[in-house]
Amino acid sequence: MHKYMPHTKEDISAMLDTIGVDSIEALFSDVPKSLKHRDLDMPSAMSEIELLNHFKELASMNTPLKSFMGAGSYDHYTPSIIRHIIERQEFLTAYTPYQPEISQGTLQYIFEYQSMITQLTGMDVSNASMYDGATATAEAMFMACAQRKKKKILISETVNPNIVSVVETYAKYRGIEVIKIKSDNGETSLDDVKANFDKDSAGLIVQSPNVYGIIENYTGYRETLDEYKGMFIINSDPSTLTHLKTPRSWGADIAVGEAQSLGIPLSFGGPYIGYMATLNKYIRKMPGRICGVTKDSEGKRAFVLTLQAREQHIRREKANSNICSNQSLLALFVTVYMSVMGKKGVYEVQKQSKNHAHYMHTMLLKLPQFEEAFPDKPFFKEFTLKTTLDVDVIGKALIEIGYLGPLPFKKFDASKEDLVTFAVTEKRTKSEIDEVVAVLGAL
Amino acid sequence: MKTPKDLYYQESHEWVKVEDGYAYIGISDYAQDSLGEVVFVELPEENDQITKGTEFATVESVKAASDINAPVSGVIVMVNEDLEDSPELLNEDPYENWIIKVELEDESELQSLLSAEEYINSLD
Repeated sequence: MHKYMPHTKEDISAMLDTIGVDSIEALFSDVPKSLKHRDLDMPSAMSEIELLNHFKELASMNTPLKSFMGAGSYDHYTPSIIRHIIERQEFLTAYTPYQPEISQGTLQYIFEYQSMITQLTGMDVSNASMYDGATATAEAMFMACAQRKKKKILISETVNPNIVSVVETYAKYRGIEVIKIKSDNGETSLDDVKANFDKDSAGLIVQSPNVYGIIENYTGYRETLDEYKGMFIINSDPSTLTHLKTPRSWGADIAVGEAQSLGIPLSFGGPYIGYMATLNKYIRKMPGRICGVTKDSEGKRAFVLTLQAREQHIRREKANSNICSNQSLLALFVTVYMSVMGKKGVYEVQKQSKNHAHYMHTMLLKLPQFEEAFPDKPFFKEFTLKTTLDVDVIGKALIEIGYLGPLPFKKFDASKEDLVTFAVTEKRTKSEIDEVVAVLGAL
Repeated sequence: MKTPKDLYYQESHEWVKVEDGYAYIGISDYAQDSLGEVVFVELPEENDQITKGTEFATVESVKAASDINAPVSGVIVMVNEDLEDSPELLNEDPYENWIIKVELEDESELQSLLSAEEYINSLD
């Protein structure tokens, strides 16, 4: 008997005898032959020591790099206490429990998470989190279309193309028409919004800071959308909202985005966490779980999952979304990060990231190989430059000295082969930045 | 259970009261009793067009969320906004507290609705 396979040969034959079947093979007699007996090239079993050595060997093939790449994932520091707290067995689960009120601790941290998201975005109410920033944006589109009973959505071309493609996939299977809005000098064009926004449009999706890193100016957007009651959906990296105008102050109806930058490690691209927040008047169209606080029969504070009639396990055919869960462990990650760092700490991390990015921007522009891609546009911790260098040469040269990035923009748009996007966090020191600038200057 | 004689009903438990060419639409006593404590009414907006047989509002109780179907077609001229803050009015007096007032598009649609007696029979 193997410790992970609890049944002995005697157990198996006793079970087969009981149900009157000759062999395990006979249990699968309904499976067509063509699907059976594939030769799986399985290696023989390894002992624990052998297995650990095997994985160490595989891991040693990775090249650890310091990242200057962003585009949705940012290399911020993860305080070590976070892992110790989230790995406590009382917390360590991926889901909101299906008998939720028995897990008051879980519901309390979700409630704290929601409170923090509403503080960052300025919105009235947040849900318990979503799978990632891209799916949260697509869910915001569904929500806007359900609220306004319309089947058309506008999305700016300055939204990260990875998000746009998820939105388009979701739209395709709901019969929603997605209209791309043009940009002007790297920023969403309000003129093009005005040209395309009509009575059949449910709303507009924008991103700030956008895919180029530019902080967009939404003056006049609310008024334009009000003409046909359009829903204004703003996607933001929530960590930047410690410094920037909140979605609420721009008049957003729905705030969404990717919350990885609140302490979650890069981890090769996931798992991450999407957030979504809205105004009280739209709460019944918001997807996902919502945790609320109330009093129990003895008058004590108690946390509950609330407004569940919105959700598909109650009204399957009418639910606006099929999400019946949240990204709970990652929501815990974000909650612990913000609690450990505190308001000042979260602000300070972003201030340093912004300062380091602006320093690097200044130093690179002193090189003849770089110039501004979008002159005079404000940015936060990420910026896009035009370069005379071959972007692949840049990538290779930096890997050789242990750095990842910048993002070659041609990955998103083949016609933009001379653009590169740098992301800089508090972890990138002055000497690291100077080293990279020196290497690029010598290319 | 109350089922006033002067109203029209439909099997999905809505009632219609016609006054001066306008139709007032609400839910029946039977409906509010089956739903239990009503906690929220999702209302349509004035000037929205409603079509007989399609939903125009949702009533959410502690037990369920139910769509309210239009018994007639027309344009909504008034919405009972008291229900926004006091949804329990539907429990207290479902016939006094109509949900919407509609400008009737086609009076002949009323012919297809049930009388109080027919509605009571349909409940068995």
